[in-house]
Amino acid sequence: MKRREFLKKTSKAVALAAAAGGAGLIFHNRSTSRYTPVVVKRTGFEIAPDATLPRLTLCENLDPVTALHYALDAIGGIGRFVSPGETVTIKPNVGWDRTPEQAANTNPHLVGEMVRQCLDAGASRVIVTDISCNDPRRCFLRSGIRDAAEKAGAEVILPQDGDYLSVDLDGRLLSVWPVLKHFVHTDRLINMPIVKQHSLCSCTISMKNLYGILGGRRNQLHQSIDQSIVDLAAYCRPTLTVVDATRVLVRGGPTGGSLDDVVKANTVMCATDQVAADSRAAEFLGLTGDRVKHIVLAERTGLGTVDYRAAGYKEVTV
Amino acid sequence: MTIKTVRNLRRASQVVFFLIFLFLILKTTFEVSFNPADPTEIRLPYPVSIALEFDPLVALATILSSGTLYKGLLWSLVILIPTIFLGRFFCGWVCPMGSLNHWVSEIPSERLRRKGAKKIESNRYKKYQRIKYYILLVFLGASALGTLQIGLLDPLALLARSVGTVVLPMIHATAEGLLGWVKGLGWPPLGNAAQKAYDLVAPALLTYRQAFFHTILTIGTLFLIILVLNRLFTRFWCRGICPLGALLAIFSRYSLLGLQKDRASCTDCGLCALSCQGADDPELGRKWRQAECHLCLNCQATCPEGSLRFTFLAAEKATKENPAGTPEINISRRKAALSIAGGLALFPLFRSGDAFAVNANPRLVRPPGSLPEGDFIGRCIRCGQCMRVCPNNALHPTLLEAGLEGMWSPVLIAKIGYCEPTCTLCGQVCPTGAIMELTLKEKVGDKETPPNRIGTAFIDRGRCLPWAMATPCIVCEEWCPTSPKSVYLQEETALDSSGNEVAVKRPYVDPQLCTGCGACEFACPVSDRAAIYLTSAGETRSPDNQFLLERNRKKAPVSEATS
Repeated sequence: MKRREFLKKTSKAVALAAAAGGAGLIFHNRSTSRYTPVVVKRTGFEIAPDATLPRLTLCENLDPVTALHYALDAIGGIGRFVSPGETVTIKPNVGWDRTPEQAANTNPHLVGEMVRQCLDAGASRVIVTDISCNDPRRCFLRSGIRDAAEKAGAEVILPQDGDYLSVDLDGRLLSVWPVLKHFVHTDRLINMPIVKQHSLCSCTISMKNLYGILGGRRNQLHQSIDQSIVDLAAYCRPTLTVVDATRVLVRGGPTGGSLDDVVKANTVMCATDQVAADSRAAEFLGLTGDRVKHIVLAERTGLGTVDYRAAGYKEVTV
Repeated sequence: MTIKTVRNLRRASQVVFFLIFLFLILKTTFEVSFNPADPTEIRLPYPVSIALEFDPLVALATILSSGTLYKGLLWSLVILIPTIFLGRFFCGWVCPMGSLNHWVSEIPSERLRRKGAKKIESNRYKKYQRIKYYILLVFLGASALGTLQIGLLDPLALLARSVGTVVLPMIHATAEGLLGWVKGLGWPPLGNAAQKAYDLVAPALLTYRQAFFHTILTIGTLFLIILVLNRLFTRFWCRGICPLGALLAIFSRYSLLGLQKDRASCTDCGLCALSCQGADDPELGRKWRQAECHLCLNCQATCPEGSLRFTFLAAEKATKENPAGTPEINISRRKAALSIAGGLALFPLFRSGDAFAVNANPRLVRPPGSLPEGDFIGRCIRCGQCMRVCPNNALHPTLLEAGLEGMWSPVLIAKIGYCEPTCTLCGQVCPTGAIMELTLKEKVGDKETPPNRIGTAFIDRGRCLPWAMATPCIVCEEWCPTSPKSVYLQEETALDSSGNEVAVKRPYVDPQLCTGCGACEFACPVSDRAAIYLTSAGETRSPDNQFLLERNRKKAPVSEATS
């Protein structure tokens, strides 16, 4: 071997060995976790209380949109909740592949009207979304909510795999969970539940409707359903709750299916107190708030008042 | 029109038919709108299975196995009848699998770098090209007794299955992976650009959600092997394996269109053999093998002297030392008969195993509307259309769940997806009627009609939280879509680890109501092996797989006399 060749070969070998050693040192790490997830914290969306206004309003009318108008006016009008330029996310219940008549999902006319109200109040963007249980394409179509919300000018979003944020819910039981980003990155959150019977927690109304902001294996939450509901309600604190009791699913909830299980109550409620709203709405199912565990637990946690009459309650007659 | 123009037409035709085929597969997905006020059935806007219905092999084999020509399969005559007069134009001009093999064969390889006689030799007729006739006859023999196996190697079913369950899901995973990687680089402009590109591609190529399929390794490996073999021989699959090509070859026996060769002008340059797609020996002095010819027209288009010409009734000018062509298929009668006998023997081979008759896999849950297993196997061509269209990714190709006989036929895996109660898409896209077209009413049933059941849910009390762990959970009941619910709850007292009494609601299944959709298994929080699970017991399609007398009651019971 000539000297030149020897030097060339050795220097290349040394360089390669140095590169291998360097790479080993650079990538060396005793910990096995490669990524630390970004955890988001977010406080509620509520507005300042106004003692001159009721915290729960109710209106019964054969036309759901009229009922909504009166109930909303009585609680201060949309201008109290939505300011010009804001982004509003509306969270109806779009859980199941059911028609409006089957009363498993929120009344589409109410969702459409709420979108219009927000846009009239100057909202720059109104998003309607939910994390459905059944195929969301079917749920949003068959519920009539996609159609109604889009016609009213909303952006209807069907959740995609990449749309979740790791959020620290900071609850007694629930800590970090995946939450759909549209429920985090928004200025206002309007919760629009429908009133349904539920075999584990008696009723699913506004606070239980917030299950729908979560991704992941949220079916575990049923193992401690009352605390889970309250943790979610405490985290979310929606700007406004609009309860759809136009059709009430009194049996076979939350999926329903048979029209025999649906009772027409033709009622719409607006609330800044989710506990009061649920307490009043439970009566459509033959319950009272003080007998529903998660409603009582929510009051004890300081989220609102079970005795809705004491909270500031107004029934509007047309 | 010059011959070069006609050849360009052939090239265009290959591209167009390939794109149509791909378009139809991409459209075999739930992306439709319907009027929510009139929630009847959801139908696809395109006849997405039409490409498979043009397939004469599927038509013939299903006639043999089922005795009928199902629905759109009459379209296969549009391919078959012109083939009788023209020859295998389908292989050279239409078949998307043939075109794919054609294009892959053109990728530079050692074979293409060969020169002169060596190159011509690699393009001559070879004995292996007879294999396709044996494969065809074995499959037809099997079909005659009712076990339909042509779908394994039928080029259209194979391509639809490979693209639908392997290639497109891989593209989806690649797109998602690339997007995530670029976004993870942490430079927003690049991430946004990637998102824009993704949004542009997604509506055309990707499904709403990533689809995951069972046993794609076997399907993908076969597809890859077929493509790679093109490096050894031009269009190895088309020349040697394809049973549809073999069938069309047999039907081109009396073809009027033939190759006419002109002795006087030929200079023996061999260019025609260099560019031949079918290895059918178009050169002067050799027997032109009409049965192997794909009618690609390369020989005529490359001949510098104009010595070769496709023309009707060309054989009239043939001479002994210069045969213009032959319809002969180079297999002996004895071997043909043996192949058919071998195919016939497949039937007792499959059916004397236990998987079909006496020990069917309990997890073999077929799509709603499926025929009884024997008839199902007699019709299913494993094209994967039902799997591709299923909105919940519930249907999957089997590996051995249905025995070797039913490999790649559909099975519902409820852990991955459940059967959407109001969906009837799988029956709509099935080209052969292995899955019947159900109306919505036939599927969900009403007071007079029983629902179409695909199985029944059973509870594994050793894994169920309220049964085994004194822990509340009613998720199966919550998700149950029947009305009234098939999963019902009983409040019972359990003892926790400290011996305290805990009130829990425990789930039970009402078999009178359960349709076997599998939503409970899908939703069960014990997700690795669900505590409530679906088996095929009580499936509507089977007269034998029944366990409940009450389910088949036709009249109301006699009421107790009241006086």
